Amino acid sequence: MEHIVIIGNGISGVTAARHIRKRSNKRITIISGESDYFFSRTALMYVYMGHMKFEHTQPYENWFWEKNKLELIHGFVNTIDTETKTLHFETGDILNYDKLIIATGSKPNKFGWPGQDLNGVLGMYHKQDLENLEELTSNNKICKRAVIVGGGLIGVELAEMLHSRNIPVTFLVRESSFWNTILPNSDSEMITRHIKNNDIDIRLSSNLKSINSDDKGFVKSVTIEETGEEILCDLVGLTAGVSPNINFIKSSNIEFNKGILVNKYLESNIPDIYAIGDCAEQREPIGHRKSVEAVWYTGRMMGEVVAQTICGKKITYNPGHWFNSAKFFDIEYQTYGWVFSKPKENHAHFHWRHEDNTKCITIEYNSITKEFIGINTFGIRMRHDIFNKWLDEKQDIDYVIHNLKEANFDPEFYRRFENDILTTYNSLAQKS
Amino acid sequence: MDQKLEESMSLVKPEVSDLTWVQKISVLIGITGLFILVLALFNYQFPYKKLVLFTSLGAITLGTVLFSNNLYLNKSKGIKNNGVWFKSISSRGVLGWITGIVLTLFYIILYFFPTFLGQGINGNANTGLIALFDPLSIFLNGNQASQWFVYGALYTLGILIFGYKFILKYRHNRYQQLRTGSVMFFQLSFAFLIPELMSKLNSDTFSLPYYDLKSIWPLNYNNFEKYRIDEFISAGNIGLTLLFFGVISIFIITPILTYKYGKRWYCSWVCGCGALAETVGDSFRQLSDKRQVAWTIERWVIHSVLVFVILMTTAVIYSYLGNDTSKYWVTKEVFLALVGGFLSIIFVLTMIFKRKELGKDALYGSIGYFIIVISLILFHFINTRTSLFLFKPETLRTTYGFIIGSMFSGVIGTGFYPIFGNRVWCRFGCPMAAILGFQQRLFSKFRITTNGGQCISCGNCSTYCEMGIDVRSYAQKGENIVRSSCVGCGICSAVCPRGVLKLENVNVKGRINVQGVLLGDDIDLIDLSKR
Ligand SMILES: Cc1cc2nc3c(=O)[nH]c(=O)nc-3n(C[C@H](O)[C@H](O)[C@H](O)COP(=O)(O)OP(=O)(O)OC[C@H]3O[C@@H](n4cnc5c(N)ncnc54)[C@H](O)[C@@H]3O)c2cc1C
Ligand code: SF4
Ligand code: SF4
Repeated sequence: MEHIVIIGNGISGVTAARHIRKRSNKRITIISGESDYFFSRTALMYVYMGHMKFEHTQPYENWFWEKNKLELIHGFVNTIDTETKTLHFETGDILNYDKLIIATGSKPNKFGWPGQDLNGVLGMYHKQDLENLEELTSNNKICKRAVIVGGGLIGVELAEMLHSRNIPVTFLVRESSFWNTILPNSDSEMITRHIKNNDIDIRLSSNLKSINSDDKGFVKSVTIEETGEEILCDLVGLTAGVSPNINFIKSSNIEFNKGILVNKYLESNIPDIYAIGDCAEQREPIGHRKSVEAVWYTGRMMGEVVAQTICGKKITYNPGHWFNSAKFFDIEYQTYGWVFSKPKENHAHFHWRHEDNTKCITIEYNSITKEFIGINTFGIRMRHDIFNKWLDEKQDIDYVIHNLKEANFDPEFYRRFENDILTTYNSLAQKS
Repeated sequence: MDQKLEESMSLVKPEVSDLTWVQKISVLIGITGLFILVLALFNYQFPYKKLVLFTSLGAITLGTVLFSNNLYLNKSKGIKNNGVWFKSISSRGVLGWITGIVLTLFYIILYFFPTFLGQGINGNANTGLIALFDPLSIFLNGNQASQWFVYGALYTLGILIFGYKFILKYRHNRYQQLRTGSVMFFQLSFAFLIPELMSKLNSDTFSLPYYDLKSIWPLNYNNFEKYRIDEFISAGNIGLTLLFFGVISIFIITPILTYKYGKRWYCSWVCGCGALAETVGDSFRQLSDKRQVAWTIERWVIHSVLVFVILMTTAVIYSYLGNDTSKYWVTKEVFLALVGGFLSIIFVLTMIFKRKELGKDALYGSIGYFIIVISLILFHFINTRTSLFLFKPETLRTTYGFIIGSMFSGVIGTGFYPIFGNRVWCRFGCPMAAILGFQQRLFSKFRITTNGGQCISCGNCSTYCEMGIDVRSYAQKGENIVRSSCVGCGICSAVCPRGVLKLENVNVKGRINVQGVLLGDDIDLIDLSKR
């Protein structure tokens, strides 16, 4: 029986395993150095904040794996021998495979800052990070101030987590406004304001110069590059992005750049070795997508695709229209299609914001053809299937604005803003 | 490693669970109010009963209101679940267990030893706690209080004050506010005040059964008892109207409303049990068991209760009907045939049109159906041939009343809130929920729509589903949630951080959308799965 081995029990590895099992009777083994069972990384913050227990982050009950004949190994792979098709574990154990799927995810970026390996400095990615964080910040007497470095989605989650325990947070953001490399300025400004309203001391256009140690090797303070200011703190969270977690393949002959290089079938340069999820890098990026896509659902999608290929139905990774979502404290964010921080050439933005500064939308469209390109929506939930359809149909912005009611996904009885949005749209159209 | 995480979580008590000083004072005020009730329970003789009662209930209300204001009003609007699993009361900690035990004891005393509460028997004056409520009872209905009056008053108060708290907690969410306002209204008027006022109308010459009009058979399992029917009939037109209303409630009104809105119209907007669960029980919703085995047990238990209540009611009605067609056209025989015929029609129609959607549940349904039919036949033969009855209907009824009416809905259903969650009764025991659930599953426009591929499998929805539905298992597959047990509380949708879930009433067609592959995924994959 063909033996499929998957390194990594995250969303991509587990999705691949489930779909291979659906379509075949192959022997499947999933390896993880992190946890016994698959859990949802995106939910780690809710464990810390006391919304859930760790067990609630596991989408499948523990009997699921044996019932579906998915063998699990809790262990860390040190090296791969692609000649003999053998994995060597940290413990010295070995395992042979016929086909190998690498789904090892990401690790937090560290940019060589002085003091980045001190005690009290951590990333926020793995379960072990959460355990360390729990110990270092169990309350605001143990941790009197925390500094978060890097203004992305994980950074703002970490800020919310610490805030839930009344720990004062200083948030160092390199950009002039939160996440404005991705969000248009108007959106970014609203979110920045919301973060401030939640008592986060957000420092814009601020880079980290160094992390300073006390005499026991613990974090004492950080120094800001621009101002030279020193901020006393007991914890430093490094959330300046993530990069593929592929150190262990570097001694093998698998080709890599930032991540493991794969073609559109998710195959690496070595036959029978595939890479999916956060750790894979597309040789030819698809559309406006990055070559390394570190989001949940692309991992899931790649898992589905590679399963088809392995089960004899070779297909390409061909994701549909871009979408994503996040939550900034109390403001939910969804996006469908593309909205760039600055409109692309011949594109323009339409922006509407509610006066309470917790709801807004931004639509990117082609200013010549009026074609709808994408939407960012904050504080108003919208329907994925409707926008997918509109993008397929290449609807124009007029149509989208006039039919926005159809796309609303807020709970029943919520106040609706479509008329308001239409009025704003019409008055802008009249002006121009 | 899992162990280590759990331990570190509980060893060091995170800051979030500490109370502010305003909250501490509020708790003190509330507890003072409760303490007065406890003193009364131990038969401390208060002078000025009216004033004392007013002070006690006032203090409980004030404490809760101040506490809620302080807890929610100076925070931003949004989901307020910080520290739920760190707090002893809401995570089966010591406080949770103590509360559970005290509540359970209270229910046992209430149902089985009301004299401990001060209930005067054989016309004697009340003492203790119940005597304290005499002034209120006399004011409302002219009679002295009973244990049920005290219970009703405290129950209503609980729903009102914790309803207030709930509305503040969800002050960003109109759905939550409206449905909570609705249950508060129905509890105060229909369940509490109207029956009291109805009873005031009664005199020596006029006797009308007074009860909670929105409590429908089979939840109100006494509604077709002989004494009840006699009362209805003797009360003339009003009585007959009420009887008629009781019958159409379950056979006509309920199916129509459930078709349009799902069972939530009752369970989360009207019902008194639901009202208590959603307000007083709100802090315990995360304690429901999400495992698949719990779901299996749930289906067996709740449908057994349904079979039990149908048989019990049939037997009771059967027992007081006559054999003589000239007196009244519905005789014992006709009645059994009617029940059997009605259930058969439903069974056959369901099997013909909805067999596919039922899946595995078709087996459970068939078993239940055949048990009932065989019992009906047994009723008939055993009764006419030997004039013996398998069980005496009265025994059946008292057994049902004891096991289901008291033990299950009261002692276990409410007493165990802090251990098993707030909807144990609704999920495992309520026969009304079983009927509504059947309708919701097969003949309803209601569903929880999943928003394409947006789910990140975080698990908030499943954790906070009080009915123990593993909402995530549907959402992460992009499948809509159509489950008979869903009471439509809307909390899963509220707590979802990615805007994935929406409760809505749309078409019956395409309600269950099993795609196999998520929206936004590879187009080839979607084609593949459709082939
Ligand atoms: C806090 C946080 C919040 C997030 N929120 C969102 C969100 O809201 N939306 C979204 O789209 N994305 C979100 N993401 C990103 C998303 O979680 C990732 O894109 C996704 O988990 C990647 O899945 P994966 O299966 O590729 O890898 P991973 O989930 O990282 O799984 C890889 C596994 O492989 C193990 N492993 C690695 N190397 C080895 C080895 N040599 N031997 C054995 N095991 C090994 C790792 O320990 C890990 O368990 C979030 C990420 C984080 C950290
Ligand atoms: S599925 Fe959602 S709406 Fe239904 S009972 Fe559970 S939490 Fe409430
Ligand atoms: S809460 Fe929302 S995102 Fe999380 S598992 Fe449920 S549906 Fe998915």
